[in-house]
Amino acid sequence: MRTILYILQKEFLQVFRNKVMLPIIFIVPIVQLLILSYTATFEIKNVNLFVVDMDRSPASRELLGKFEGSPFFRIVGYAFSYKSAEEALKKDIADQILHIPQDFGKNLDKNKKAKIRVTTNAIDGSAASLMSVYAISIIMDYNKDIIIDNLGLSGDPEPIKMTFSYWFNPELDYITYMVPGILVLLVTIIGMFLSGMNVVREKEIGTIEQINVTPIKKYQLIIGKLLPFWIIALADLALGLLIARLIFNIPILGNIGLIFFVACVYLLVIQGMGLFISTVTNTQQQAMFLSWFFLVIFILMSGLFTPVKSMTSWAQIINKANPIAYFIEIIRMIMLKGSDFSNIKPLFFALVFYAIISLSLATWRYRKVA
Amino acid sequence: MAENGIIIKAVNLTKKFGNFVANDNLTFEVRQGEIFGFLGANGAGKTTAIRILCGLLKPTSGQIEVAGYDVYKETEKIKRNIGYMSQKFSLYEDLTVWENFRFYGGIYGLSGKEIRKKTGYLLDKLQLTAARDKIISSLPLGWKQKLAFSIAIIHDPKIIFLDEPTSGVDPITRRQFWDMIYETAHEGITIFVTTHYMDEAEYCERVSVMVDGKIVAMDTPRALEDKYHVETMEEVFLKIARG
Repeated sequence: MRTILYILQKEFLQVFRNKVMLPIIFIVPIVQLLILSYTATFEIKNVNLFVVDMDRSPASRELLGKFEGSPFFRIVGYAFSYKSAEEALKKDIADQILHIPQDFGKNLDKNKKAKIRVTTNAIDGSAASLMSVYAISIIMDYNKDIIIDNLGLSGDPEPIKMTFSYWFNPELDYITYMVPGILVLLVTIIGMFLSGMNVVREKEIGTIEQINVTPIKKYQLIIGKLLPFWIIALADLALGLLIARLIFNIPILGNIGLIFFVACVYLLVIQGMGLFISTVTNTQQQAMFLSWFFLVIFILMSGLFTPVKSMTSWAQIINKANPIAYFIEIIRMIMLKGSDFSNIKPLFFALVFYAIISLSLATWRYRKVA
Repeated sequence: MAENGIIIKAVNLTKKFGNFVANDNLTFEVRQGEIFGFLGANGAGKTTAIRILCGLLKPTSGQIEVAGYDVYKETEKIKRNIGYMSQKFSLYEDLTVWENFRFYGGIYGLSGKEIRKKTGYLLDKLQLTAARDKIISSLPLGWKQKLAFSIAIIHDPKIIFLDEPTSGVDPITRRQFWDMIYETAHEGITIFVTTHYMDEAEYCERVSVMVDGKIVAMDTPRALEDKYHVETMEEVFLKIARG
């Protein structure tokens, strides 16, 4: 036990003396949280709409009025030829073209049928479908008006009415959804990089050899190496939660203690991975590259940005071994749904299982004797 | 303790890395309190052998005992009884002199009181007491080397292994370093030192010369010089190495 304390003392001295590391550990995560939370959003506001109104009838003006009135659309140009609208789409001036053909109003009156065309830049597929949905809902709305006004129908044109209630994030606020996930990233990066890098660094400068020649026990060294960054990562999590609460006003419905309890176990999984990487690499560069490789895959598959449920089945199977996915799901459940331990139990025990595996692997690979 | 003052005993020590034989049937004994020089050109296999004796590397075969303990089964006991100073400096550059002593003393299991006492004594001997709270990176190389040596003996080991301890320092510092080695040997600590500086070999009581993983000569420097009819170890080494 005393041996471990001596290691801890040394590690903390080194961390707090390092003028480069200290800001990395405490300021970078905050910046990350602030920037990512505001930018990593799928909400689309201000769709740049280019209008080609060949009709210029009261009917077409009424439809355009609806687009103009929507907070989601910004009309960036009008033209009388579809060609110049296409040009604007190519130049990225416009995201979407609304093309109202000639005789739109007349057809509507006479034939009770008219066509319009919506063209969307679909380089970003999910953004494109969102933009289409926005446009369609405005057109549908207009459609309903026509049914009521022009056809003179009395009563309700919609026999089945749909109302929506969004639970757990009633305003469908993207920041509320993103921040808990970003908190996970934050502790992951600290946990994975710092402890792994620390061991490789000692390999590089040769001090690990000096330690290996002492009668220190493997478990003492591993605890001494993991514990400092485990504590630092938890402190970062506390800081992150504070920011989430104070700056982003994110609700924390569940028990904060439970979040930390899960984080304690989760960090062991991540630190075990970092330590394992450090045992199979000889330089910080190699370790960095390998850590990033796993981290990028884990993050992209974690459900932070895209829902896991919409991934292909093999990806969902791989995700069963993705600790980041578990913790993101758990922290969202606790913070936004107020889940208690019984709700997160299966997810939590999966993390316990992976913590045991990753620490055992790291301990097994870590050798005092080559 | 090993019988009749033999503190390191190797019989047919062999280490292979794949097809490459780094140590080929090394057989030697080192007596307690002796300064034993392990000579050889770069790549002769000195570091491999020293790492095996320190329990950092498992030998492929051979019977090896260090401080009376078996290197296969009792490495942890060996580690309690040896000090080691590698080619790379083992000090933490971002810590002070005292913090380095405290850390290594601590992981050797010394009590806080013992660490303070030992550090005071060793720094006093080096006349570096004033540097106690200086960051290592700010110190000259020669000082770092002496400090690294002091740290390697903080736990009063029976044997100290020095792997090219003087590479890269000036002749005066090397001389001072050897004075320190002598003093330590006087206290009964066995010194096992590798070097490729042949003038340093003259300081050893007994030397072995390694070429391509084999020990090709082993005796006192004087006896070797007589045997090859030359004046210095440098000439002995050149004769041996050229075959």
